[in-house]
Amino acid sequence: MLPITFRKEVASEFRRRTNLLMTVVSIAFLLLIGRLFFLQIIQGERFTYLAENNRIRLKKIPGTRGMVFDRKGQLLIDSRPSFDLLFVPEDAQEPETTLRRLAGFLGRDEGELLGLLEENKERPPFEEMVLGRDIDWRTLVAVETHQLDLPGVTLRIRPRRSYLLNSMAAHLLGYMGEIGPKQLKAQKEKGYGMGDEIGQFGLERRWEELLRGRTGGQQVEVDALGRRVRVLHEVEDVPGHSVFLTLDRDLQETAYEALQGKQGAIVVLEVNSGAILASVSTPAFDPNVFARGVTGEEWRALGQDRMHPLNNRAIQGQYPPGSTFKIVLAIAALEEKVIDPETQLQCRGSMAFGNRVFRDWKKEGHGAVDLHKGIVQSCDVYFYQLGQRIGIDRIAKYARALGLGEKTGIALDDEKPGLIPDTEWKMRRFGQPWFPGETPSAAIGQGYITVTPLQMANLMATVANGGTRYRPWFVRRVESLDGTLIREYGPEKIRSLELKENTLKHVRSALADVVNSGSGTGGRAKSNMVVIAGKTGTAQVAEMRGAYVKSEQLSYLVRDHAWFVAYAPAENPVIAVAILVEHGGHGGSAAGPLAKKVIEKYFSLQNNPPDSKQAGRQGAIRAN
Amino acid sequence: MQIDRRLASHFDWTLLGLAIGLVLLGILTIYSATYSVTEKQASGLATKQFYWFIVGMVAMLGAVTVDYHHLDRLAYPFYGVVLFLLLLVLFIGSVGGGSQRWLNLGFFILQPSEPAKLAIVLALTKYLQYDEPPDGYRLRDLWAPFLFVAPLILLTLVQPDLGTAIVLSLIFLSITLMGGLRLRSFLYLAATGVALMPIAWHFLKSYQQKRILIFLNPDLDPLGAGYHVIQSKIAVGSGRLLGKGYLHGTQNQLDFLPAQHTDFIFSVFAEEWGLLGCLILVGLYLTLIVLSLRVVARAKDRFGSLLVFGVLAIFFWQVTINVAMVTGLMPVVGIPLPLLSYGGSSMVSMMVAVGLLMNVSMRRFTF
Repeated sequence: MLPITFRKEVASEFRRRTNLLMTVVSIAFLLLIGRLFFLQIIQGERFTYLAENNRIRLKKIPGTRGMVFDRKGQLLIDSRPSFDLLFVPEDAQEPETTLRRLAGFLGRDEGELLGLLEENKERPPFEEMVLGRDIDWRTLVAVETHQLDLPGVTLRIRPRRSYLLNSMAAHLLGYMGEIGPKQLKAQKEKGYGMGDEIGQFGLERRWEELLRGRTGGQQVEVDALGRRVRVLHEVEDVPGHSVFLTLDRDLQETAYEALQGKQGAIVVLEVNSGAILASVSTPAFDPNVFARGVTGEEWRALGQDRMHPLNNRAIQGQYPPGSTFKIVLAIAALEEKVIDPETQLQCRGSMAFGNRVFRDWKKEGHGAVDLHKGIVQSCDVYFYQLGQRIGIDRIAKYARALGLGEKTGIALDDEKPGLIPDTEWKMRRFGQPWFPGETPSAAIGQGYITVTPLQMANLMATVANGGTRYRPWFVRRVESLDGTLIREYGPEKIRSLELKENTLKHVRSALADVVNSGSGTGGRAKSNMVVIAGKTGTAQVAEMRGAYVKSEQLSYLVRDHAWFVAYAPAENPVIAVAILVEHGGHGGSAAGPLAKKVIEKYFSLQNNPPDSKQAGRQGAIRAN
Repeated sequence: MQIDRRLASHFDWTLLGLAIGLVLLGILTIYSATYSVTEKQASGLATKQFYWFIVGMVAMLGAVTVDYHHLDRLAYPFYGVVLFLLLLVLFIGSVGGGSQRWLNLGFFILQPSEPAKLAIVLALTKYLQYDEPPDGYRLRDLWAPFLFVAPLILLTLVQPDLGTAIVLSLIFLSITLMGGLRLRSFLYLAATGVALMPIAWHFLKSYQQKRILIFLNPDLDPLGAGYHVIQSKIAVGSGRLLGKGYLHGTQNQLDFLPAQHTDFIFSVFAEEWGLLGCLILVGLYLTLIVLSLRVVARAKDRFGSLLVFGVLAIFFWQVTINVAMVTGLMPVVGIPLPLLSYGGSSMVSMMVAVGLLMNVSMRRFTF
């Protein structure tokens, strides 16, 4: 064929068009190059950051939390390995599908898992969300075998707290929990992150810093599916320190068992140091439940329980001391010389004051009563009169000197101070003067007065050791895992009471007879093993005017609280005990036997100590 | 066939060099795109692409040797074959990634929409080779070419392959405009197109609609449909001036990029070679296009001129749309980067296209 050539005009027209096209092409390519310049040069840094963000994940490896031992080296809290089920929605192509599948494999509720996805919406992208903590082996196996069908689902191994005493020392040892948003804000610079565990209560909370150890981590390069490609950088985690308590595991167990089925508290102190040997509060909870991750339902159940299992009654329960307060009255009376020990006062079963009649617990009265008899038989009328002679302000002075009305300063959070009223307090609180008619109630530990079981135990220790008040403490030593001493603690004297030589002698001889004379209110605590000295108390919850009603006949919630405070041996005391049984009724019968049981256990342990070396070694092996 | 010695002396080595350069960069990049960090080796795709390159060279040689004036006769038969293949795809095509675009020929999976680009160029060139009317073509003058291009576009659109359909339409528009379509008629056509867009919207698959919405607002669904654009922009941007180095693009190596060795190969290249590499790559394409434009202006006949123009339109539109798409300037529509993206059909078609450029270029001095 013949080529069809351009006519001249057409050729020049084509040339014109190509020139135009050249402009179009140039503009287009300039646009592209401009775009590349914008992305790579102007925004290059930002995109580099985003690329790094894409490929680098930080894997946190929390240091194994420190273990906790009792005074004999027996393990109280261990850390064992556990598995958490994690999910990174960004790593799954279709997060919903993956979760539905997972729900199928685990037999879990689909809606619940999908709900978690919604809950975690504000989590930073690519950060893991927790689907389950401390999963059982069945779940573990199911997830492992279906790994390929579950993109984005991973397992994390982490040490889990194991509380060997279960609920027996729950309040003192405390529990762990996931760090809350507010805590996270406050603790951020300490290296906590979302999903981290932190001590939430008790020892775990207060000693968090030493127990925690240092979180290590890995900088891991991952691909688009979140699979690890290589480790870029690694920081070794450091295990937390071991904490050795003054607590005696065996005694703690006995004390807990003694309170089984009751609401109350038991505190056992070393008289000459203030060290806590046992501290129980019931009803309790199992901190292991928190360690595996408490469900919303369980948490609500604990929080709404009318028995308040989360309260540590030993330091947070504020109760009228009842007749145990007579110890304070006796000391105040002798020190202020309002009576001699031999001064006899009459008890006819009641005392009229103003237009009120104050009754004695014994309807027929105690007859002529001196200080000794007043304490031994817990004569209310005797102490009403003593109270009037001393006056509320002087009563308050001695009560406070003995540590009532203020926090003991034990290293636990949320301790309550109790209340010791005086005229100034009354004016401040109610804008009213103190009425003399209020003093008799105060004299027998009723009315406004409240105390905590720990305060009462400490008061007994002070009486027993001759007037030295120590701050109650329970951590003896902190060691690093390799045994290096980190911190050591000892007794801390708060105050020495300068009492007259005979004051405590009189009081203590009476306290010994409360238990041992046969006529005392504390006969139920009498032991053949050791001579126990103590004082009963029955704290009224509801004021019963007019009639004598036996506490046992009242409905539970208005029934009296039973107290028994004690020390032993009566001569050269070693331990002091305070026992409170909420709504237990009469102190002597409800709390006295428990005191005997706990004290006998202590002395039997002293005579036949368990093989503490072996227990210690066991602990050491686990520690490694 | 006897080869004129003068032809040999006018052989356009520059065009050949540009094409080979682009293909080699492509193979290098495909190797990186398919390299596995964990297994420390690439899949065989780079090697395969190299074989296609050899096949493409042979095809190109054929396209160069036959005097383009004889292609006149081949235009319609070639068109017929492509139309037939596209119809076959409609009925017995193999499905991949949700669309039906391929024919499994046993030894080779053919994507007929690639040669369709050439078919349109050839057929239109043949139709428009006679001198245009003095005041240009009106729309009604062009009903015939429109009629034979429309089926190709529609068959591509229903696969669905929106990207190729757009490129085919753009090639059609470009050649008719160059061939003498009145500007006013063109504007009518463009206006009609814009007016039809809301209707066309309803015919788009939901994923295509999503892509366009994502383009308008990439943060709409950063982990879903917007993922590709965002990851691609991150890859390109993080390459910065000098790039992360060959085989060291993290976005690429760790599979954050989609379709690394096909539609998004530019992102892989940009991440590893940076702006400097991009300027070279884009420069190669620009040179190819500018040289072709010179051929358009200097060809001795209208057929050659339009033919080269059509081929350069294929390159121009694919390069600009692809780069605009992976840098987030345009919605993701799935258009390969000519000579670079992995794919046998595309490779052979584009090599033939380059052959046609050279064919006209070396014969512009002869009759």
